[in-house]
Amino acid sequence: MNAPGVPAGPPGAMKVLRRIRHRRYADPAFRAFTTACGMVVALLMAAMFAVLIIDSWPSIKKFGVGFLWSKAWDTTAGHYGAVTALYGTFYTTVIAMVLAVPLALVIALLLVELAPPWLSRIVGTAIELLAAVPSIVFGLWGFLVLVPIMSNHVEPWIQSTFLGKLWLFQGPPMGLGFLTAGLVLALMVLPFITAVARDVLRMVPQVVKEAGYGMGSTTWEVTRKVSLRYGLSGIVGAFFLGLGRALGETMAVAFLIGQTYDMQKSLFGTGNTITSTLANTFAEATDSLQRSALIELGLVLFVITGVFQLLAHLWLRRARRRMGGRA
Amino acid sequence: MIKARGLAGTRSWLVLAVFALVVATVGLAACGSKGASGSKAPAADTIIGAGATFPYPLYSKWGSDYAGLNGIKLNYQAIGSGGGISAIEAKTVDFGASDAPLTEADLKTNGLVQFPLCVGGGVLIVNLPGVSAGDLKLTPDLVAKIYMGTITKWDDPAIKAVNPSLSLPSTAISVVHRSDGSGTTWIFTSYLTDAAPSIWTVGAGTEVNWPVGVGAKGSDGVAASVKQVTGSIGYVEYTYATQNAMTWTQLQNKDGKFVSPALEGFAAAAGNADWKKAPGFALALVNEPGPTTWPITGASFILIQQQQQDAARAGQMLTFFDWAYKNGGAAAQALNYVPIPPKVYKLVEKLWETVTISGTPVWPAG
Repeated sequence: MNAPGVPAGPPGAMKVLRRIRHRRYADPAFRAFTTACGMVVALLMAAMFAVLIIDSWPSIKKFGVGFLWSKAWDTTAGHYGAVTALYGTFYTTVIAMVLAVPLALVIALLLVELAPPWLSRIVGTAIELLAAVPSIVFGLWGFLVLVPIMSNHVEPWIQSTFLGKLWLFQGPPMGLGFLTAGLVLALMVLPFITAVARDVLRMVPQVVKEAGYGMGSTTWEVTRKVSLRYGLSGIVGAFFLGLGRALGETMAVAFLIGQTYDMQKSLFGTGNTITSTLANTFAEATDSLQRSALIELGLVLFVITGVFQLLAHLWLRRARRRMGGRA
Repeated sequence: MIKARGLAGTRSWLVLAVFALVVATVGLAACGSKGASGSKAPAADTIIGAGATFPYPLYSKWGSDYAGLNGIKLNYQAIGSGGGISAIEAKTVDFGASDAPLTEADLKTNGLVQFPLCVGGGVLIVNLPGVSAGDLKLTPDLVAKIYMGTITKWDDPAIKAVNPSLSLPSTAISVVHRSDGSGTTWIFTSYLTDAAPSIWTVGAGTEVNWPVGVGAKGSDGVAASVKQVTGSIGYVEYTYATQNAMTWTQLQNKDGKFVSPALEGFAAAAGNADWKKAPGFALALVNEPGPTTWPITGASFILIQQQQQDAARAGQMLTFFDWAYKNGGAAAQALNYVPIPPKVYKLVEKLWETVTISGTPVWPAG
């Protein structure tokens, strides 16, 4: 940079300056910057919570806590309650988790313990690709492909067997409803649970497993009594990750749930979830009380997700402490 | 701890990408606002509107036609009627659009005026083997009973009585309605409320508490559901029935005549409606009189502030609507909408004369 003959002063001064800047300001500045960035998240959460409360205030004032256990959702009469949405949210989430968790664990075990490396790599990549599919694609696929299959083949077939007598499988096989929504949800959370479970199982030390094999255990025994035990807290973490996603998933469910405001028992029944009601009706909600009630639904979901996160944290901490104590 | 290295790597890239995006957006926005403030001086070159999705294809066609004529662009965002109402109340747009009209009280509190800009129709579609488009005839009472769940089989004597020549199966009726809030639902439920008040007790709205049936998302969703399930019935916008070659039904109108859905029928409904008696044009065009009138018809509405801020912008906007009323008919019909009849337009123009800037009327624009 400097032409020859220019006094050595400036570069020397620059060097000093740079050193000072580096020692005195760089670290604090970097810390301040990162703190500010971190605070943005906290502030966003606080602001979101505040806006949700402010905008749902007309509804909170009108319905009080009764909103949480009122079954009404009647836009023409102006009565609103969260129960049918909560019911549908948990119904679809339970279906999704019941289907996805065992499958995810089995796939993770296959990838880590049993599959040859080439197969493991292919299946692993496929799972990661599945995680990258946008939820609207799942929704449209569910509606255009899965629903006809369910209504023409799967649901009539189930009803023709002895299962058809159970209350779980009553009602017209329309294809739309809890079962289809739960099935697509399961596919959507599967990659997340699988990925985390796979990483957890990978971290089980080889020596521990070999000790198990050394005692003459079968692969199944080592898996069940060593790997799963060892990775339990991580697997619970994976479970909660999937659960959080299933609770909040919107577009796919909005297409498949059937959007009725009641509490049908059958798996073939239709209903609504908090997010499906928001996605389906918010845009055309012209009545101010209806908008407010919808925002209160959002608030309820916000709190529920928060509580689940908290529970997951507490559980993980307890599990970790217990494991630490044992070691 | 648990997270794989690969995941963490992806995340830091993601953070970088998001950061870059934010910087780019802020930069662009800054440039954009500079450009806008530079060219704003005499009149706006862009009319900004937001609201209903139902008339979106028509408004965007009109917008591009109009821009081709004189360079004034229409930026219409189809964010839904609710969003359109919020946007015009907050004055973030020049006009809002809603499928369901606001009540006069709502208009007054927010200082808005409302007028209809185009008309469309709703059609009932069915999936019945052996029954083709236009074969099945339904009366308002039958439609209401089917949607109330009191008629559950296609061979119900009440349906047979109206359709003696059809051989109807004993299939169960699968009722399909919209799962999302929609102007079409508002028009359809207004029709049931108006034409079969003793049977349809649920009321009218962009979404209602349906006694039976399942919800499908969008008119295309309802059309797809009806196609998939034998014995189903649904209601969709007219365009979807014609484009997807659906089995639409005839309906009995107020004059007792069975009619098929057609643009002429929608136009007749708009022409025969008594607009003068409806304050704020708050009128569902359902079950209107006239021998050719299609009973499930509805207008889509425009909302503007009664007290305008900027004479040039306001004049520009009303000039565009004026052009749409007078010259937009062909484009409307090509997209299966019906323009507002001239006598209604006269009333709208009278309404525009009450739109002012500090007491001075904006229309006729100079």
